[in-house]
Amino acid sequence: MSGAEMETATNDVRDDGRRPFRAVVGSHRVEEEMFGRVFDGKVVGRIWKFVEPYKSRVWLACAAVLTFTAMQLLIPLIIRYAIDSGLAGEDANPGALVWCALAFGAAVLVNFGASWVQEMSVGRVAENVLFDIRRAMFEHLQRISLKFMDKTEVGRLMSRLQGDVNSMQEFLETCVLSIGDIVLLFGIVAVMLWLDAPLALMVLGVIPTLFLVRIVWLPRARAAFTAAHEANSRVNGALAEAIHGVRAVQGMERERVNFDLYTTMAYDTLQAHLRASRYAQIMVPIVDTLTGIAMAVTVVVGGSMVLGQTLDVGVMVAFIFYIQRFFDPIRSLTMQYSVMQRAMASGQRLTEVLDVELDVTDKPDALELTHDMDGRVEFDHVTFGYDPDKPVLTDISFKVNPGETVALVGPTGSGKSSAMALIHRFYDVDEGAVRVGGQDVRDVTQESLGREIAMVLQEPFLFTGSVLENIRYRKTEASFEEVVAAATAVGAHDFIEALPQGYETQLGERGGNLSLGQRQLISFARALVADARILVLDEATANIDSYTEMQIQKALQTVLEGRTGLVIAHRLATIRGADRIAVLQEGRLVETGTHGELMEHGGLYSRLYNMNYASFDDVPQDAIQDDEGSFRS
Amino acid sequence: MTAPSDPEAALRSAHREAGQGPIRRITRMTLDHPLLFTISVVSTLIAAGLQLTIPLLLGRAVDQTQGLLERPDETAQGALLLTALTLLVVSILRGVFTMAQNYTAENLGHRVGYALRLAVYDKTQRLSFSFHDKSHSGDLVTLGILDLEGVRMYFSTAFIRTILLTVLIGVGAAVMVSIDPVLALVALCFAPFVAWRSSATQLRMRATWLELQDRLAVLTRVMEENLGGIRVVRAFAGFRHEMFKFDRASARAMQLAFHRVALRVRNSSAMTLSFFAAMGLVLWVGGGKVIAGSLTVGELTTFLTFMTILQMPVRQLGLMVNAFARAGTCGRRVFDLLDREVEIEDAPDAKPLEIGAGTLRFEDVHFAYPDAPESPILNGVSFEATRGETVGIVGPPGSGKSTLSHLIPRFYDVTDGTISIDGQDIRNVRLDDLRRAAAVVQQDSFLFTTTLENNIAYADPWATDTRIAGAAGSAQLHDYIIGLPEQYGTVVGERGVSLSGGQRQRLSIARTVMQRPNVLVFDDSTAAIDAATEARIRAAMEEEADSRVTLIVAHRLASLMHADRILFLDKGRVVEEGTHDELLAKGGRYAALHALQTRPEDDVIAEMEDAR
Ligand SMILES: Nc1ncnc2c1ncn2[C@@H]1O[C@H](COP(=O)(O)OP(=O)(O)O)[C@@H](O)[C@H]1O
Ligand SMILES: Nc1ncnc2c1ncn2[C@@H]1O[C@H](COP(=O)(O)OP(=O)(O)O)[C@@H](O)[C@H]1O
Ligand SMILES: [Mg+2]
Ligand SMILES: [Mg+2]
Repeated sequence: MSGAEMETATNDVRDDGRRPFRAVVGSHRVEEEMFGRVFDGKVVGRIWKFVEPYKSRVWLACAAVLTFTAMQLLIPLIIRYAIDSGLAGEDANPGALVWCALAFGAAVLVNFGASWVQEMSVGRVAENVLFDIRRAMFEHLQRISLKFMDKTEVGRLMSRLQGDVNSMQEFLETCVLSIGDIVLLFGIVAVMLWLDAPLALMVLGVIPTLFLVRIVWLPRARAAFTAAHEANSRVNGALAEAIHGVRAVQGMERERVNFDLYTTMAYDTLQAHLRASRYAQIMVPIVDTLTGIAMAVTVVVGGSMVLGQTLDVGVMVAFIFYIQRFFDPIRSLTMQYSVMQRAMASGQRLTEVLDVELDVTDKPDALELTHDMDGRVEFDHVTFGYDPDKPVLTDISFKVNPGETVALVGPTGSGKSSAMALIHRFYDVDEGAVRVGGQDVRDVTQESLGREIAMVLQEPFLFTGSVLENIRYRKTEASFEEVVAAATAVGAHDFIEALPQGYETQLGERGGNLSLGQRQLISFARALVADARILVLDEATANIDSYTEMQIQKALQTVLEGRTGLVIAHRLATIRGADRIAVLQEGRLVETGTHGELMEHGGLYSRLYNMNYASFDDVPQDAIQDDEGSFRS
Repeated sequence: MTAPSDPEAALRSAHREAGQGPIRRITRMTLDHPLLFTISVVSTLIAAGLQLTIPLLLGRAVDQTQGLLERPDETAQGALLLTALTLLVVSILRGVFTMAQNYTAENLGHRVGYALRLAVYDKTQRLSFSFHDKSHSGDLVTLGILDLEGVRMYFSTAFIRTILLTVLIGVGAAVMVSIDPVLALVALCFAPFVAWRSSATQLRMRATWLELQDRLAVLTRVMEENLGGIRVVRAFAGFRHEMFKFDRASARAMQLAFHRVALRVRNSSAMTLSFFAAMGLVLWVGGGKVIAGSLTVGELTTFLTFMTILQMPVRQLGLMVNAFARAGTCGRRVFDLLDREVEIEDAPDAKPLEIGAGTLRFEDVHFAYPDAPESPILNGVSFEATRGETVGIVGPPGSGKSTLSHLIPRFYDVTDGTISIDGQDIRNVRLDDLRRAAAVVQQDSFLFTTTLENNIAYADPWATDTRIAGAAGSAQLHDYIIGLPEQYGTVVGERGVSLSGGQRQRLSIARTVMQRPNVLVFDDSTAAIDAATEARIRAAMEEEADSRVTLIVAHRLASLMHADRILFLDKGRVVEEGTHDELLAKGGRYAALHALQTRPEDDVIAEMEDAR
């Protein structure tokens, strides 16, 4: 149990006074490192690649920042000059004043130009880089092996594509600003020293104090900020889970218990925020006190120096202006320090995804699989495992001739789906080869494989958009008639027509306004419209009643004419209709042949068939294990 | 460990003045914390006053220093020292009061946020299925996070800031005018321009921000669906199509993001320019006055310092306007949700559910989904089942089986007819009683990201280990669980170990069994479980089945064969009804289905064609 869970788990629920010690709301979120090292060369190098195309603009921005900072330093100096040579004393000189006003005007214009250039180029480059990184990642994810995707949740990837990418944008903007702040800080110190070294040294005496205070303050404050951030994301995570799972919550009558747990969580978050806020605010009087000290020193010491003729009044005024400014860069630098660290942690995570090797890629000289290839499929001594040490398929060999339909049969977990995935090259084989149309799948482009192989998967996944768009997902140019024909063939036309806007009806989140079986039918139609040479059906009828399934089977008989079919099914009726049957067991091919041949052969298939079960699924597990065939039902 | 502050009071606060405008309601909520409210307003006034004293003190110091040159005596030096000390004290006090102002304002904001958080959570959990069918869950989550934030920030960024800015700008201007009206005019000439400019820009920025959020939401959906359906994408070689969708959404978002950068930069540069230009003017005009002797150098310093101090508030006027606009739109969304009527809740005179014989009765039940009232899903379904009985339901996809199941725990209300348990119309009994008594094992089950044990005990978190293991055992999941390294402590769900479809279904069966319902519905919840395991589950639950009504929706007829009665549902009507044997003898659609599942297809088709 995590700490957070222990916390919520010991809270009382007023309902009946007992403790729901097993109840939690959304507390199992695995928190990610929020801060990394301030500077990680590898990460910066990787990110720099994305900045490189815009580097001229980045340099321009840096130059603009320096100019801008220089103007910030110059303005109090002009004021000082105006006071000392234009206004103060008897030798007041109106000419100097005009001159100062002109200089001031020029400085203001340069300042304007520089800030324009800097903000504009940094802002745009940062946006560009943000979108570029996101696109590169998204594209990379499209090519990464499914082995990686199988292990990684969508939510986690989304937080890479959004949060982490955003913090890189923030990082870039911060980088340029930091340069400006550092220069400003040193510039102020230098100018003050140049104006009057003794006074400057006394005034600047407060800076080490501020640094000391910040050094003591920072780790504590940061712990408080992190705690608040985490508490916040925990409580938001709980809300998200509650919304996504609201049907289960209501179905199991957990609203009251959850509300109590959530109350505690929200209250702890409130406290964490207040704590963080106290840490943030405590700096305000400290900085103000130090500013006050610096100003008082300037006035008292400066005053006596003016009296002793060792200081001009204008310098004193300039000092006052600089003092009001010089806490700003210190404050923002400490802030930026945290941004940098956060960015490094994000950059690290981005690099991890961007650097996942593509193990399934097109060869440079990969061929296009053409539509007129014959559609044969061949497994040639294929061995494959998700984990190479644990093969899921061992030494599988079989052929599907052009135009033939082969049924893959075997108990759950025997490797049927895995074999189908190999035809599409979702994964690469460990040994042997899979050939489609006579070509090793590793020698052809994945794009053309996808075009020539259509699949219906067990889980019907639909996209946001209309029914029409979903059915012609693969073939966006398909005509409306083609779509209707496919929908009619699988028996989906009638219910689609009955929807409020027919084929134009927008589907809800993942097709939520359709029943599961209806979603399955649409995914069938989608595969038909794809018009591929090879059709692969992976237990596509589990959510459909036998009658509808039979309709689909009949439709398939027409569709499969002249095409190659690979079908994973349980129902003997469907299986018997196939041209040939391949029986898998524990990753091995135990027999293949036509229904007749297999019956004659008298192996597993014939035994199962003779038991008169409607489906292979119905056969008790022990009957399959029993290789001696002594089982009688 | 902190004791939660009264959640009831928080909910009351969030629901006050229902129907009023959002700003008024938020302000009303802040008044529920009178102490914090008073402290923060008073601190703000004091801090603003102190802030304005500083330029005056600095100006005086400069003048006194210059005076010192002419008359360097003890009293003048003492006066300068006094000014310096006052400066120090005022600075410290300003810091302290600013801290008090910021902290109390944030504190108050967080408390308002806390109340709204609870209210939003409570509301989303009580709103019925039909609401959730219509709303996109992502949007609701965004409302609960971002819109809430917008409302929370109202007090510090809009309300308090208004007071602060009014005092600073108003009093600051008055002081400057009192020193030198002409110069004050010069110094303040930038203010109206900047204030207008920044407000207008902020409002436009806000409009584009909302638009950008919409465009980014499209991009998010493209990415999310792509990753969620990655197998479909790969299976159909959707790479180019998906990249096209991504690029299109991305380009639309980026275009607007660029536009926003330009807006922002144009605005901030123009504001800086006008501010510094005014400062230059003050220096020039004021310098002339100093030479002419009508102004002291100290007063000029005061002016220049005032300008630096007033620069921020004038720029912030835009932020303030933005904060009001933001609180307005965010608040409207939040309060709209809070004001939404819960369609399904206890009737005013709801009675506890009393279970006697345990009879579930459907009487001429009609139903249409609220968003498609013209297409009825159920058209007069009637049946009855008593304790110990099992009713099987079969029918083509879309015939209304899941819909029928969802009516029993009142996830939706019937449009016509009645459903009753032991003669009590389910609309007249208490909802929590009903939902405890009637449980549905959903077709696609949601797992919570927590341990297996917590998931199984979801409906009854007080359950003992034995009972949990018992339920897992009945669902044929126990053996699998104890084979895991962390056994019942294994975390599952979106961010945990992933379970296969069959395992998820079994987990969902186990957690429903924990509820000990009087009516148990399996909505196609064994499709991914092989028949042998399913038979074992059935056998394990045989004993308990005597104490309740069981409804089984299934396609595999072996799952239904043992039912006391089987309903064949088509287009929302029961078209055949009877026991397995009766229906077989009848030779109707059920019999055809059965034939399809047990005999080679060709024979059945031939037979059916003969029959015609
Ligand atoms: N994505 C995956 N990652 C790791 N193991 C997997 C994955 N998919 C399937 N397996 C494992 O491979 C074996 C074969 O599974 P599968 O091909 O799905 O069988 P079938 O389709 O015959 O039920 C099973 O032991 C399963 O647990
Ligand atoms: N949330 C919903 N909103 C609107 N229509 C729905 C919703 N859920 C299901 N439907 C429609 O109701 C009909 C029956 O669906 P359902 O009861 O899920 O069928 P099944 O018998 O396959 O379980 C279908 O036509 C479906 O499109
Ligand atoms: Mg499979
Ligand atoms: Mg259903």
